[in-house]
Amino acid sequence: MDYSKLLSKTVVDIKPSGIRKFFDLLNGRDDVISLTVGQPDFATPWHVRETGIISLERGYTYYTSNAGTVPLRNELAAYMKRRFNLKYDASSEIIVTVGGSEAIDLAIRATVEPGDEVIIPEPSFVCYEPITRLCGGVPVPVKTLPENDFKLTAEQLKAAITPKTKLLVLPYPNNPTGAVMTREELLPLCEVLKDTNIAVLSDEIYSELTYGGRHTSIATLPGMAERCIVVNGFSKAYAMTGWRLGFVCAPAPLTKPMLKIHQFAIMCAPTTSQLAAVEALKNGDNDIDMMRAEYDRRRKYIVEELNRIGIPCFEPRGAFYVFPDISGFGLSSEQFCEKLLDEGKVAIVPGTAFGAGGEGFARISYAYSVKHISEAIERIEKFIKTL
Amino acid sequence: MNELLKLLENDAKLTPDMLAAMLDKEVGDIKAMIDKYEKDGTIAGYNALIDWEKTDREYVTALIELKVTPQRELGFDRVAERIYNYPEVQSLYLMSGGFDLCVVIEGKTMREVALFVAEKLATMESVISTATHFVLRKYKDKGIIMKRGDIDIRRELSDGLQ
Repeated sequence: MDYSKLLSKTVVDIKPSGIRKFFDLLNGRDDVISLTVGQPDFATPWHVRETGIISLERGYTYYTSNAGTVPLRNELAAYMKRRFNLKYDASSEIIVTVGGSEAIDLAIRATVEPGDEVIIPEPSFVCYEPITRLCGGVPVPVKTLPENDFKLTAEQLKAAITPKTKLLVLPYPNNPTGAVMTREELLPLCEVLKDTNIAVLSDEIYSELTYGGRHTSIATLPGMAERCIVVNGFSKAYAMTGWRLGFVCAPAPLTKPMLKIHQFAIMCAPTTSQLAAVEALKNGDNDIDMMRAEYDRRRKYIVEELNRIGIPCFEPRGAFYVFPDISGFGLSSEQFCEKLLDEGKVAIVPGTAFGAGGEGFARISYAYSVKHISEAIERIEKFIKTL
Repeated sequence: MNELLKLLENDAKLTPDMLAAMLDKEVGDIKAMIDKYEKDGTIAGYNALIDWEKTDREYVTALIELKVTPQRELGFDRVAERIYNYPEVQSLYLMSGGFDLCVVIEGKTMREVALFVAEKLATMESVISTATHFVLRKYKDKGIIMKRGDIDIRRELSDGLQ
């Protein structure tokens, strides 16, 4: 078999995820403390798990409608209104997906054709670029800057737009930087977008995890709802990563083609997960508050500790990552992280895994207990003294 | 400052430095607060929560229901004091409902506990009756589930995958 002739060249040319590479290095290394994961350390709240278990006991083991169960979509419409002041029609503007990842895939596949350009602020989550490429689209990375607190500016956006621009990815609160964009910071972007035919893929998966102010969805700003595809999910807010459940909200002319892809590729999101998610939405606001408060304490602790040991750290306002500046140690991000793993026995992810602008930085997750974080900091402190 | 107390209740090993960073306070202020709480008894003590089933130590825990006659002017406090001063008594609660005092006793053997009840508790003049329940297994105590060690399930699930 000549696999090289068999395989899609587009897929072969896609580079594997740089985060995954560091996860793999960790395999079986019990001596290493990891600060790499992008998922909550909390187990899913018990009342939510129990709802899933009961649904299995009662035999709710069949497909749901393609877009998700009606009760779940109704709860989602209520949730989006209650938490983010977003108004979506449950019957035509919401699709329940297999995680936020599928929602991103749907949004890009439904809009991007070969040659279309997709503006991607970076550093950011690793999937936008490869999915764009799979559609034959052209990723246009825009390097957000530490001096702008890793926010996208209107000038940068304007400069990146061409007649071929189809989509702007807006990944805030941001993984890996922890940056958020406030209403005041989003408004100038809206000015740039308002007379264009560019859609916005707003990835708001960390929208419940902001510190010192609620998240503003760009879709709530004047003239934006019509062009916004809002992606969200249960993984981060409710600690439900393994349930693989997300959703996408957009005007019906956009959800319709997305639903077409979803029904052929996926059929429907897992039924158990959907039934448990209704319980999360109905009775889980307190869980979110409790987890956010705990992340916030860890965030303050880790920022203070990193600065104390001499690793400058921008104060993240969202998600559960810090993105410290490690450029002062005379190593590239990748070298620093590899050396830290080998010699310091701590795993973190080099900023370069998240695209343009990541060089000189590293992502550290604080989805770990304070005890775990403090042990890791102790090791990092010892390690940097050897450099 | 209930937040500080809650954090310490959950993990008494958090240092003043950690607590100060987590709560946006000065280390000195945190130390002073803890000091004050220890002095006024708000923080009554610190324990490690040990799952003795993981050790070879022989022990047995019993929960004893006591019905007692309260004493004039002193109510239940006098008899409670006589009971809690025994080192065998781990916990003591005044209860509403079908009995008055709930005593938690730890001993080496069932016989030792039974003797303590028969000789020390039942013989007190204000004690009307006793009912002894032995604990067969401790599943959860002070918010902590006993069976788990300090493992990261996330790592267990993602290890080995590409």
